[in-house]
Amino acid sequence: MEAFAKIDILDRVDGAAVVEAIKAGQLHDFPGGVHPPEAKLLSNQAPIASMPVPKTLYIPLKQHAGIQGSLAVAVGDKVKKGQPLTHSSHPFAVPVHASTSGTIIEITAHSSAHASGLPESTIILEPDGAEEWHIMPPFDDYRSVEPVKLIERICDAGISGLGGAGFPTHIKTQHDHDVECLIINGIECEPYISSDDRIMREHAWQIKQGIDILRYLVKPKEIIIAIENNKPEAFEALKTACSSDASITMASVPTKYPAGGEKQLIKALTGHEVPRSGLPMDIGCMMFNVGTCFAIADAIIYGKALVQRVVTLTGEALDMPQNVWALLGTPMSDLLSFAKYQPTKQKRHKVIMGGPMMGFAVANDSVPVVKITNCVLVPAADELPDIDDEKPCIRCGYCTDACPAGLLPQQLYWYSKAKDYPKAEEYALADCIECGACAYVCPSEIPLVQYYRQAKAEIKAQLDEQQKSEKAKLRFEQRQARLEADKKAREEKHRKAAEARKAAMENNGGDAKAKIAAALARAKAKKQQAAKATNSDTSSTDNNESSE
Amino acid sequence: MQFSLSSSPHNRVRRDTASVMRAVCYACIPGIMAQVWFFGWGVMIQLMLAIATALITEAGIMKLRRRNAKRILSDYSAVLTALLLAVSIPPLAPWWLIVIGTFFSIAIVKQLYGGLGFNMFNPAMGGYVMLLISFPLAMSMWLPVQSMALYPYNLTDALSVIFTGFSVSGYDITQLRLGIDGVTQATPLDAVRSSLLLGETYSEALQAPIFTSESGLSHGWAWVALAYLVGGLFLLWRKFISWHMPISMLAGVILTSGFLNMIMPDASGGVLFHLFSGAVLFGAFFIVTDPVSGSTTPKGRIIFGALIGFWTVIIRTFGGYPDAVAFAVLLMNIAVPLIDYYTQPRTYGARS
Amino acid sequence: MSLFAFALMVLGLLALLFGAILGYSAVKFKVESDPLVDQIDAILPQTQCGQCGYPGCKPYAEAIANGDEINKCPPGGEATIKKLADLMGVEPKPLDSAHGVEDVKKIAYIREAECIGCTKCIQACPVDAIIGAAKQMHTVIIDECTGCDLCVAPCPVDCIDMVPVQETPANFKWHIGRNSGGTVGNIDIKQVS
Repeated sequence: MEAFAKIDILDRVDGAAVVEAIKAGQLHDFPGGVHPPEAKLLSNQAPIASMPVPKTLYIPLKQHAGIQGSLAVAVGDKVKKGQPLTHSSHPFAVPVHASTSGTIIEITAHSSAHASGLPESTIILEPDGAEEWHIMPPFDDYRSVEPVKLIERICDAGISGLGGAGFPTHIKTQHDHDVECLIINGIECEPYISSDDRIMREHAWQIKQGIDILRYLVKPKEIIIAIENNKPEAFEALKTACSSDASITMASVPTKYPAGGEKQLIKALTGHEVPRSGLPMDIGCMMFNVGTCFAIADAIIYGKALVQRVVTLTGEALDMPQNVWALLGTPMSDLLSFAKYQPTKQKRHKVIMGGPMMGFAVANDSVPVVKITNCVLVPAADELPDIDDEKPCIRCGYCTDACPAGLLPQQLYWYSKAKDYPKAEEYALADCIECGACAYVCPSEIPLVQYYRQAKAEIKAQLDEQQKSEKAKLRFEQRQARLEADKKAREEKHRKAAEARKAAMENNGGDAKAKIAAALARAKAKKQQAAKATNSDTSSTDNNESSE
Repeated sequence: MQFSLSSSPHNRVRRDTASVMRAVCYACIPGIMAQVWFFGWGVMIQLMLAIATALITEAGIMKLRRRNAKRILSDYSAVLTALLLAVSIPPLAPWWLIVIGTFFSIAIVKQLYGGLGFNMFNPAMGGYVMLLISFPLAMSMWLPVQSMALYPYNLTDALSVIFTGFSVSGYDITQLRLGIDGVTQATPLDAVRSSLLLGETYSEALQAPIFTSESGLSHGWAWVALAYLVGGLFLLWRKFISWHMPISMLAGVILTSGFLNMIMPDASGGVLFHLFSGAVLFGAFFIVTDPVSGSTTPKGRIIFGALIGFWTVIIRTFGGYPDAVAFAVLLMNIAVPLIDYYTQPRTYGARS
Repeated sequence: MSLFAFALMVLGLLALLFGAILGYSAVKFKVESDPLVDQIDAILPQTQCGQCGYPGCKPYAEAIANGDEINKCPPGGEATIKKLADLMGVEPKPLDSAHGVEDVKKIAYIREAECIGCTKCIQACPVDAIIGAAKQMHTVIIDECTGCDLCVAPCPVDCIDMVPVQETPANFKWHIGRNSGGTVGNIDIKQVS
């Protein structure tokens, strides 16, 4: 590929050339990357199991990256499975749905499926066990339906990226560019996780249906399904499902973490890079996760909203690691008992939502499964060593060699730690994808990503603060101006009134003077009267004073 | 049920700073063995002295800085510094030499700058240069290969010379330095240097007995260098060090010496001579690769290494000292911030 | 003597000439820089709280430009003092506690059931962040409130509280463990200093 040189890697990709190269077995490499133990065999051997319906479901109002909708139900309402619980007209709002039929017993703040574990507004649903569906009318022949209707349905079905980022899917599909490459991401590079692997093995046909719908909506020149080469069964399953379709290209990508990252996969497949602070769209690429394709088919062809997803339950502290279909809102406790969690196998009780590289530890066992929950990892003691004994950075540069974004992690670390944020930004802190490769290889056990996250949050807070103070300044100045104007207006009014009085007085001078004299006399008389009253009756003083 | 919280990633390689440092120490073993084989037990005694001094110094300073001495000592960085310094000085140098040198390396070059990770100069080379400048005579007392020495020494002799100045049989260091021919042995670098200074040509210099004797390979010096090369290749193979710095330094040495030898064949050493004499191979894998005081960007590492190779040959040829790896390393240590600043890698998706 | 006079004359003329050039260029090439007051004002947090002793941030900015101390702004705290020190070329100094202490960010909250609709807080608010009318309930526009505290004192029924801004997942600053109710383990990293 390098022979052609002169190709600007930040330019639009040429779909046909990319597909030709992939078919010839030519893939590209992205910088850095690591090879942590995959540990996928732990969970990917058995078919996806169904779980009994939990006693209580905790459905957070916002489960995607975007805006929270407003409540469409109230406490006490009976809801059906798949019935929307929130609604909004905001383009970045995606509704959430009742994961099963039942009664809403409470709407309250509940531990969130977020690294902070901070409470978030959550609908608490008590299932009635009837599993009664609220089906949206299926589009049997979606090709005869206007794309805009289908996009609306994708939004109504509550679909946001199931790969992990949770970006609203309908936003991506309503585009106005030409798409060269539609990339279906079945990489699943995080160790331990096998939910995409299992769904590809078992539901390749429905994923194909989802891809067909996307093809109708996006009209890409080429479609590429990318699967890491450690999942041969999934690769075969999708290859069989797509065998009749010559326009779909299968790409087997070498196993390397984080090959599944959007930017990294685009680089690996096309050799092009998404420009900084740009989108894949800018170079003619668009990427969807295989799970998202499955959900799109569910929504369009079967009229079902997104109410469940495949979750990998894994780790050596579980006696029965496996993949399950979990209803959104299922609390950790149900998942853990289903997979036979053995707390004694852990020194510190720790449950990770997501994989070992980018997942976060959940705060307690009532944290629910949300749309982005692809894995619940419960490591036994010593299965995954903690990063908890920070030693000085020896500038070994292992992190630089591991960084898939081409950054200098140790420089970012110095500046983040020293709170020198302008410098950290200069070293492209914003381009860090928080994949954890640097902290994984660090021999000094420095929690590098944690430092970056804190720095990023601080930079964001400072920016917010600055915007807020600019707004406050503006409002203060406008208020000052208004008060000034009011004061001027009042003075003007007083001046005019005084002038008018003066003029009137001059017009009939004698009369006015007599009036003033009369008024003075009246006031004097009143005062004398009041004084008399005070002397005669002291108890009335209070009344007098208060009436004044 | 509450769970404990932590930040991702939740996994890491089981290779910590201490194990990296230990691996580098282990990789020195072939070189040390070769040194003992050719130059006697002195090296081992210097090693013990250096390591003891380094640990005591580091522990003392940790105590002064009110830090947990045990935690710091267990990172093996002080041991490594001591080791690198000990193998760089003459085997029978008096005990105070290595003690002063190690103390200087640890206390001044490393800890005064803030300890591991904050020192801008390579501690071992800082100590070495200090000794070389302050005690030039003692630092030039290299021995002949023991099989060719007039008075070979044993372990007790070594102890005795290092601590009293005389061997058990009453020989002093100048007598121990005599070869079987009764002439004081010089190192290959010294030999070439002095004959060039006397106005001889490089090819004439190569007629010196040290290069022509039947043991070949510069009387063991080249064997020692090769033994360090083996250790270095082990480090490369196990990815403890990246290839950038050693390879670029060797390339720097080869290119510079090749060029000089081409334009002035009589007044400068050849490529092989530069490569296998002195501290070049040892330095390329064990000194230049010190991460703390070296460059960290991929391009920077190459520039850093290549310039060390360049300066080594230049100072050897035109400077006042026979070997120059230490000077070249310290010189480039100063340039590291500049190199790092101008060799930032291209971020993904950025215009270069 | 005449030589001396000549020298004086030449020097005088030169002085005049250079003076004229300098004066001309001072007018002609005047650099329109952001006036110092505006630069200082941009650093101040714009809470308009008056804790510095001046009626608002702009007056304090003017005072600083005229030589007042830079450490009188509690809402800005250390960060603001550091920036001001940078701008003014002086050493940063600790916050003057006579003007208050640095506190967590707060916003005003009106207990609406107790509000009598006196409009006193509305008049006190420097950024018009309180809405309401006479004899009607008042409320605070959270997004506009700067947490200046100025509405608390005028309230005749003491129904205004200053509540700390709640941390949410959206503005979480990754201090893992600190916010999670105490019982949850910290991410206990032995830090190097």
